[in-house]
Amino acid sequence: MILAQTTSALPDNTGYVAAAYLVFFGLVLIYVMIMASKLSRFERELSELNELVDRDAAGPARSGDRAPEEAGTR
Amino acid sequence: MLYGTRLRALSIATFVTLTGGLALAFFYAPMDADQGFMQKIFYVHVPMAIVALCGFVFGGVMAIQHLRTRDSRYDLRSYVAIHLSLILGAGVLLTGAIWAKASWGHWWVWDEPTLVSFLIVFLLYATYQPMRFSIEDREKQARYASVFAITAGAFVPLNFLAVRLAQAYTHPRVFATTDGGLPARMQLPFYLCLAGMALLYVTLWRYEMTSKHTSAQLRALRRKLAGDDAVAPAGRTAAPSLPTT
Repeated sequence: MILAQTTSALPDNTGYVAAAYLVFFGLVLIYVMIMASKLSRFERELSELNELVDRDAAGPARSGDRAPEEAGTR
Repeated sequence: MLYGTRLRALSIATFVTLTGGLALAFFYAPMDADQGFMQKIFYVHVPMAIVALCGFVFGGVMAIQHLRTRDSRYDLRSYVAIHLSLILGAGVLLTGAIWAKASWGHWWVWDEPTLVSFLIVFLLYATYQPMRFSIEDREKQARYASVFAITAGAFVPLNFLAVRLAQAYTHPRVFATTDGGLPARMQLPFYLCLAGMALLYVTLWRYEMTSKHTSAQLRALRRKLAGDDAVAPAGRTAAPSLPTT
């Protein structure tokens, strides 16, 4: 490969180089955005499951209170 | 935190390496006398192509492991590797077409073995996901996909051979050429870009793997907490299923 001498002229084909790098960064950006949306979905699901656990933890206490009544009705 | 500190460190290493490599490519590497500024495409196009092809081979190796052990985690690794390589492959074709237009005046040259062989490999792997999707039985799907990944993975080195054995020297040759190949001041940015691209692949692969595992764990957790009825059936999908225990 032959190297060019140093020149002060503006580089040629800048648009093509910019387009190629835009393709690369665009692909990475789209991928990262998809991953970010997945992450937010996981966080939402996790908070839903946390609520479910909290409800379950509160549930047995309430059902314990109701137990004598239920026993009485039988 | 779903994604651990190791993955964060890997992401930072990827960013630093890739940014450093591209900075050297633009501000340290000399301008090519023949191609001028457009030769800078080389620093993103070639590493992407190398990493994409290596990713396909890695997918094949994971598929071998899957067939040997029948462990669905290897099927998932193979699936994610091929999925990522396909994305990089699309990038290679697009950046290559841009470079071809700038250099040769055509978006595509059909008598160039490097281009055509890469396109064949890309199109071959483009059938991987539809093939998986077409098989309903998950075990059969994983097995057939592994056989596909191994066969196609063995085909990938032919791409390199096609480049080396090609007689039409229209595609730029940078390594092991008679005039000494890549100059030293271009080698450092190139190898750094290659390392950065490989790290990017590994990072995205790990993110995708973590995401799939997290999704499977969340489903299992929901099933345990709310019962089977609370979890919608997975339905037909191309993605591998993981044991959710």
